Amino acid sequence: MSTAIDLAEVPLRQLNQVLHNAESGGFDVLNPRGAHAVACGIATDVTVEVAGSVGYYCAGMHQVGTVVVNGNSGPGLAENIMSGTVRTTGSASMSAAATGCGGLVVIEGDAGARCGISMKGVDIVVGGSIGHMGAFMAQAGNLVVLGDAGADLGDSIYEAVLYVRGEVESLGTDCVEKEMRPEHLAAVEHLLEAADMAASPGDFRRYGSARQMYSFHVDDIDTELAEGHGGTR
Amino acid sequence: MTSDTWHQRESYSFDRNTIAEIRRAANTGIYRIRGWGAKRVLPTLDDLVFLGASMSRYPLEGYREACGTDVVIGEGRAEHPVHLDIPVTIAGMSFGSLSAQAKEALGRGASAAGTSTTTGDGGMTEEERGHSTKLVYQYLPSRYGMNPDDLRRADAIEVVVGQGAKPGGGGMLLGQKITERVAEMRTLPEGIDQRSACRHPDWTGPDDLAIKIIELREIVDWRVPVYVKLGAARPYYDTALAVKAGADAVVVDGMQGGTAATQDVFIEHVGIPTLAAIPEAVRALRELGVHREVKLIAAGGIRSGADVAKALALGADVVSIGTAALIAIGDNDPAYDTEYRALGSAAGFWEDYQDGTDPAGITTQDPDLSARLDPVIGGRRLANYLQVLTLETQTLARACGKSHVLNLEPEDLAALTVEAAAMAGVPLAGTAWIPGTSS
Repeated sequence: MSTAIDLAEVPLRQLNQVLHNAESGGFDVLNPRGAHAVACGIATDVTVEVAGSVGYYCAGMHQVGTVVVNGNSGPGLAENIMSGTVRTTGSASMSAAATGCGGLVVIEGDAGARCGISMKGVDIVVGGSIGHMGAFMAQAGNLVVLGDAGADLGDSIYEAVLYVRGEVESLGTDCVEKEMRPEHLAAVEHLLEAADMAASPGDFRRYGSARQMYSFHVDDIDTELAEGHGGTR
Repeated sequence: MTSDTWHQRESYSFDRNTIAEIRRAANTGIYRIRGWGAKRVLPTLDDLVFLGASMSRYPLEGYREACGTDVVIGEGRAEHPVHLDIPVTIAGMSFGSLSAQAKEALGRGASAAGTSTTTGDGGMTEEERGHSTKLVYQYLPSRYGMNPDDLRRADAIEVVVGQGAKPGGGGMLLGQKITERVAEMRTLPEGIDQRSACRHPDWTGPDDLAIKIIELREIVDWRVPVYVKLGAARPYYDTALAVKAGADAVVVDGMQGGTAATQDVFIEHVGIPTLAAIPEAVRALRELGVHREVKLIAAGGIRSGADVAKALALGADVVSIGTAALIAIGDNDPAYDTEYRALGSAAGFWEDYQDGTDPAGITTQDPDLSARLDPVIGGRRLANYLQVLTLETQTLARACGKSHVLNLEPEDLAALTVEAAAMAGVPLAGTAWIPGTSS
């Protein structure tokens, strides 16, 4: 039995305080009407279902439990998620799952620009396509895209792993295509199953860091010459 | 052969440092990265003087009459405002750039003096939380080590838009300081040359920031204040926008502000001096009717009680110190002069915080070097230094007849140079002339 909280009747502050005080249980959030910061900062094992679309930072810094948005989500959905699951049945705007450290974020529709920016361990599964600068500076975790990826995918990427089934408009600096080995097929299969999405892992291509930007390149002509090598004469 | 010095006269444009830098660049192919702040000559608070009491103003007795120094940040908005006993705080400096011992020393010293210290680009450590009675948690573009549990146990949140050493630039930490612990806290491969993001990943302007601040307040159930830190670039507009976004305090960091590692060209050529930044920020606060309500924390090259008092007289509520705090706990200690010289520098000149080789054990992750800094002694030195800053500030405030340091005002000041008069908006000494506003 879920508890209904109607945002047409109570302010956002009251909703989030109820969710923060709860130790467990289910909650239905009614009439979100694009409100910002809905169900952010959840740190206990509650289940939240939002009946409609939300604005910025829904389920921000999510730590435990599940948040489902039955609609579209604005910028920064599940930003800095630590664990647990956040799902939106529609599309998500820019910076979905930004800097996420763990857990699972599922976007059944499309995601906008900078999906997975600076991700630090979260798993992201997008049923549709993602916009430009996806996984910019992505540090760790997995991004699975069933559709296409926009320009500059994985620019300045660290150790995150990107799987795209459709077309990639262009790869960003230091991001390269890599071989799909058996462990990667298994990883995609596991992530699709967790996200409850159907696709064939063999249809995906893998992208990751060429690791050419990890260190500054420093020349040292003087030392070369002093040691008797280098130079052309 | 002539005996004059004509053939050894130094070029002003191409002096010995310039020539050395061109040769270094030609040898290595990489820009110079260093720590510390701007070293060039700049207009500073030294260009202002206090007028003191005279026929028309009564001074307070120097050792007897009360002169308050406390400041409250976030009153009326946060359930638990930050109460500072003195108008001086410790600026954000990361574990990673600093050793754990240095962070502990800063926490101990600040706590003993009744003020706050601040995390940095790399998350919160147990050492600093455990030894800081008031700890400000920085919320940075990189979000390295960002954790909602740490956010909830902070005494204030500081959204960092920029810093004085590099407005428009992100942090930097070179591979020699990315040890296993630092790498784990930041989710980075060990030993890489880390270049932090300079833009926040999930907001892009002041309207977004307003929503971001609401999210942060919601996550901590509106318990603690939210600051916004700006590198001094366009302080009038930036301060106004930070207020509009809902900040309880605005930190304005002038170009003398230090850094652990940044391109030299950034340190010396981006941003405006602290002297020029404070009056512009105050102008914005006054026009919005929130001066003294939204607190102004001024930073960048603050060294003495004179600097503190002048910053407050110009309208700041609090100042923040970084470089001076490191010096207080032992940075550039003459006792290590031989070792500084072995590194190609000397005590009093060393700036290579990026290098991880700090003989004083402060800007390093080397366990042997770090162990040289006794955090208890370092904390005592910082507490003493903070006490001197406070006593000096009170001395000047009493001389101007003020029963609280925040009662200092621009009318107490005169400028020694035309430039300082124009920047500070106070008369050139001996005249009634404020360039740009009076004839």
